[in-house]
Amino acid sequence: MRDLKVSFATRQGVVRAVDGLSFDVGPKEVLGIVGESGSGKSVAMYSILGLVRDANVEISGSVKFQGREILGLSDKEMQSVRGGEVGMIFQDPMTALTPVYTVGWQLVEQLRAHNDMTKQEARERARELLAEVGIPDPKSRLHHYPHEFSGGMRQRVVIAMALSCNPKLLIADEPTTALDVTTQAQILDLMERLQERHGSSIVIITHDMGVIAEIADRVIVMYAGRPAEIGPELDVVRSPRHPYTWGLLGAVPRADVKNRRLVTIPGNAVSPLAVPEGCAFAARCPHKMAICDERPPLRGAHQHLDACWLTDEQRLAIRSVATTRGES
Amino acid sequence: MFRYIIRRLISAVLVMFAISVMVFLIFFATPGVNPAARIAGRSASPEVLRHVSIEFGLDKPLPIRYLIMMYHLFIKQDLTSYVNIGYKIIPQIIAAAPITLSLVFGAALIWLVVGIFGGMIAASNRGKFIDPLIMFLGIATISIPAYWLGEMVNLLTQDKLHASLFPWLPNGGYVAITSNPWEWALHLLFPWLTLAALYSGIYARVLRGELINAMNEDYIRTARAKGLSERRILYRHALRCSLITIVSLFGLDFGALIGGAALLTEVVFGLQGVGWLTYQGLTNLDLPLIMGCVMYGAFFVVLASAVVDILYAYLDPRVRIVT
Repeated sequence: MRDLKVSFATRQGVVRAVDGLSFDVGPKEVLGIVGESGSGKSVAMYSILGLVRDANVEISGSVKFQGREILGLSDKEMQSVRGGEVGMIFQDPMTALTPVYTVGWQLVEQLRAHNDMTKQEARERARELLAEVGIPDPKSRLHHYPHEFSGGMRQRVVIAMALSCNPKLLIADEPTTALDVTTQAQILDLMERLQERHGSSIVIITHDMGVIAEIADRVIVMYAGRPAEIGPELDVVRSPRHPYTWGLLGAVPRADVKNRRLVTIPGNAVSPLAVPEGCAFAARCPHKMAICDERPPLRGAHQHLDACWLTDEQRLAIRSVATTRGES
Repeated sequence: MFRYIIRRLISAVLVMFAISVMVFLIFFATPGVNPAARIAGRSASPEVLRHVSIEFGLDKPLPIRYLIMMYHLFIKQDLTSYVNIGYKIIPQIIAAAPITLSLVFGAALIWLVVGIFGGMIAASNRGKFIDPLIMFLGIATISIPAYWLGEMVNLLTQDKLHASLFPWLPNGGYVAITSNPWEWALHLLFPWLTLAALYSGIYARVLRGELINAMNEDYIRTARAKGLSERRILYRHALRCSLITIVSLFGLDFGALIGGAALLTEVVFGLQGVGWLTYQGLTNLDLPLIMGCVMYGAFFVVLASAVVDILYAYLDPRVRIVT
């Protein structure tokens, strides 16, 4: 994906939801995209599949999937990509399934849309899929309606659906946000297991650094529609370079420190209507400098890039002070 | 599902009973009014009054009077109008019912087809020229009163243009479907269109709104992510879920119309259906007739809402489990 830009024309002005996002996803790789609400992470992924249906949207850039440009494909051409080559898992499993059909019906519908299958074959495959995602008694569960499943079980159904046509890429939009903590862990385990077996790549969108640490190989940290930091998961979590990532990691509650106030990043996320020309995070950044009025380029070494004007020496100094104060 | 249907029908019977008690109390047990005088109509002779007193057991306690009334209404079916002397109420209603049924069935067919197509075309062409056009036509047909539209239609088809454009059109009235289906349809054509106009507009507008709401739901996004065609998404997912609203709306409208709410259309076109009968009862202050019509209308409204609930459970699996 190269230089993806998504903007919406609104009455208040142009909203730049995604402003120059580029990344690659290798085969079998798990890429995590983190950011606050409204940082453009979901919109970026929806727009590449043509799921942003808004007359006022403008999408530019280039998205190549297995060597083929898929941005700007017609609806018809897109249909075989969606659900066939790219599967998608959504945030809220409670509303993601059509309430008036059984889950078996909905699985069969997708299988038959992409494969030349008889009803019996599709039904059999649907049963296998439900078994694979760990739904007990899959044969009778096929005949149940979405509202007869719990949230976690419904998310399993959605995962089964996303995987039904053996997609090369799985996009998961906050797959665990709407679930309780124990179910979250189960769903992440399941996704990891299935990814190993099916060999698909995963792009997982989340605002939870814990989810990233659990599952991702590489991470993109987004702020105000722009990438702030990109790098391998271990590097970003252990030695983050961008002040925004410092803030995000600092905001993860810790069990090992008692009586610690919940750390937050000061200020509010920048309004998408008024993203500054320079660094988008500058207004909230405790280390703001004069040069921050210019937009910082994404640079770095060893695949670990970030968009910040701080020099390595400055960062080292800031980080060592923070560590001795026990803040980071 | 079967148990649900039985339960729903039992509760419909209970509601009917409650309505019959209410109607009885309103008409015959309002304090300070002599029920005999009401039944007998305006300026009845003392002799008639005495006769009414005996026939309806007006000297007996209230529950007994209720039973006597129901006995006359439903079992012996010989409740008689004192205003139109000798007319028996129940046979009169039974004779009028097929006319109303014919009118409402035909109109319902037209308005369902027109309304659903209109709503779907408008919703799938949102933002284009055709959508506001359909919605404008919808609001126009809703706003035109049936009696005015009916009179205009009569004026054109029976008078001004009768010789030139509509010489094939019969001069009003009603022919039973059993005697001549073609004539039946021809006689009812314009009453159907007039009655359907209003409801087509309502249904097209409601369905458009429902479809547009449904298309913004998460499950539609899932359906798109599954790679289904836009057509399939609209028909199998959005329309299927929107139909739940249409069905409940339809049941209530249909029940009310069968029950006599098509009164204006019937009167304008001279169709002697139940609505027309109610109108006669009201203008003549014919209390037994009014009561019979009210009971008949209530019966169909209750029946229709029971059928709607059962259909609802069929269409929406979430309802089935709760009960």
